[in-house]
Amino acid sequence: MASAAQRRIKSISYAKYGYLFILPFFIVYFFFQLWPLINTFIISFKGNGSAEALETYVGFDNYKAILFGGEKRAIKMVHEKFASSLVNTVILWVGNFIPQIILSLSLAVWFTEANLKIPGKGFFKIVMYLPNIITAASVAVLFLQLCGEAQNGPGALNLLLNKMGIVSQDSVSEKYDTIKFITGVWQSRGVVMFIQTWMWFGNTMIMLMSGIQGINPSLFEAASIDGASSGQVFRKITLPLLSPIMAYTLVTSMIGGLQMFDIPYLYHKDPNKVSDNLKTVAVYIYEYFHDIVSPKMGYAGAASVILFFITLILGCIAFYLTRDKDEIAKKKQRKKIAQQNKRESKQFGGLSI
Amino acid sequence: MSNMKSVYGTGKDNYTAKIRLKSTILVIWFIILTIICLLPIYILIINATRENSEIANGISFVPGTNLGKNITKLFKDVNYRTVYNVWIGYRNSLLITGFSTVFTVFFSAMTAYGIHVYDFKLKEISYTIILLVMMVPVQVASAGFVSFMLKLKLTDTYWPLIIPSIAAPAVVYFMRSYMKSSFPLDIVEAARIDGCNEFRTFVSIAIPMMKPAIAVQAIFAFIASWNNFYTPNMILISSKFEQKTLPMMVSAIQASDKFTDYGAIYLAIALSILPIVIVYVLLSRFIIAGVALGGVKE
Repeated sequence: MASAAQRRIKSISYAKYGYLFILPFFIVYFFFQLWPLINTFIISFKGNGSAEALETYVGFDNYKAILFGGEKRAIKMVHEKFASSLVNTVILWVGNFIPQIILSLSLAVWFTEANLKIPGKGFFKIVMYLPNIITAASVAVLFLQLCGEAQNGPGALNLLLNKMGIVSQDSVSEKYDTIKFITGVWQSRGVVMFIQTWMWFGNTMIMLMSGIQGINPSLFEAASIDGASSGQVFRKITLPLLSPIMAYTLVTSMIGGLQMFDIPYLYHKDPNKVSDNLKTVAVYIYEYFHDIVSPKMGYAGAASVILFFITLILGCIAFYLTRDKDEIAKKKQRKKIAQQNKRESKQFGGLSI
Repeated sequence: MSNMKSVYGTGKDNYTAKIRLKSTILVIWFIILTIICLLPIYILIINATRENSEIANGISFVPGTNLGKNITKLFKDVNYRTVYNVWIGYRNSLLITGFSTVFTVFFSAMTAYGIHVYDFKLKEISYTIILLVMMVPVQVASAGFVSFMLKLKLTDTYWPLIIPSIAAPAVVYFMRSYMKSSFPLDIVEAARIDGCNEFRTFVSIAIPMMKPAIAVQAIFAFIASWNNFYTPNMILISSKFEQKTLPMMVSAIQASDKFTDYGAIYLAIALSILPIVIVYVLLSRFIIAGVALGGVKE
């Protein structure tokens, strides 16, 4: 039986508290995230360089310069730099995603296979996730030290390769025929790809593992009773049922890859000059708006907007791929039934039964 | 029985042997991966204890004897002290990280609570907005963010690094999912009958009940904020030494030509990752469980 107090409480509206509780989030979101985003759109239509130019509207000039270039050398450079940064981003992302997904998926399958007897699974998981939590800036500087050449020696990695017989040493001058892990185009890209894989495979593995654990275990049991090999189980059960999560991983990794900044930005020996082979789109944008002498806000803004639309498209694909198909089918069915009921009720003079 | 064994026995033994072989091969592969994961960090720690010339001439797997000298050099030598000061770095990073972590979990819990407990007109739409904006990456808005902060004269302060952590859509999403499964609304009603006001209900009833979710998200917020290099580097434009965070100091090593002693460089990098590694070793179980739960993050 409801008491008098309970009835009174029911009659009070608490709606205002709801607004009050979510207010801080939305205020901060508006000022620190939404407005900056809108502001990025605005400045993408403004000029570059001097304080005066930063306030004048130039229409679509920045977009034209970035996407198509122009006659003038400076504008041509803007376009070429953007194109090469996009290429670099794609190369670095593909080169880290393919090994990463192969490694993570195989590890996730092995870790969840029930009949394998592997001791210390928890320990392996903890160790493999460890690189992900270490400060990316420190990782970049660490690998720079390991891969680089010292003033009077070939550096740690080259020494290791020498011991393994890959890098040769001249017997007369005692000079090493070192691999240029920092200045070489593909060598430096390879190192950055390795670092990214090294940092992220543990994370992807754990996400895929929780996906595999979400698959109904009776399916695996049925397969093993029917005598399916582990390869067959993987192809016919795990992979198809995991595909929404795989697609999600793919797209989030793509979005993350477009933002790749810390490691490409710091992986170079030459002070204050990011290696051209590693300049990603994020580095490109950063260098333009962070230019203290003449900030090229317009270009940075326009490149950001282009990046935003690429991200938006990828995000929509992720949403489309991960949507619950059963739920949508059910909704459609419900709608159909509702419509049918409506039609039937109309036959009875519009009265719903 | 014996008949059955003669029929199935060999097949079964064969199967067990196969499984055992596969397990052994996999364990070896996992150990190789473990070594790959730990080797760079191990070399880092070992090299932090060795002398400059030793490092140049080879790698070693046993610690050297030069740790004391490296420490003296890093902390006392003017050339090093003016580029990298671990205490200033710790202080600044801890200040920013501490406030942002508390803000992130408190306000996210508050937003999730507001949406979960109360009925109001814009409830559904506000939650949909939060889900939508979860995907927008920070870098996309950074040009607009910096130019806005320049206008407000907030660059070279910590405000733009701390305040935005109040709005963390992914954390709100996680908290809301947690509340859905383990926060019954009857409790709020009971508190009202007992005369508890709404805000106090949240602070002294909801927050203690949400401890597991808050702990997991606090760990992730802490790690993300501690490791953040992009935002501080972009906001602290004049990069005053006194204001630098730890990742900024580490990146300064790489740009500096005064930092020539490799032992000191490795020691500096090791000190920069030490706190986060300690946090990880202590809380790794929670962290792994948290990653598996919040597949939405990152």
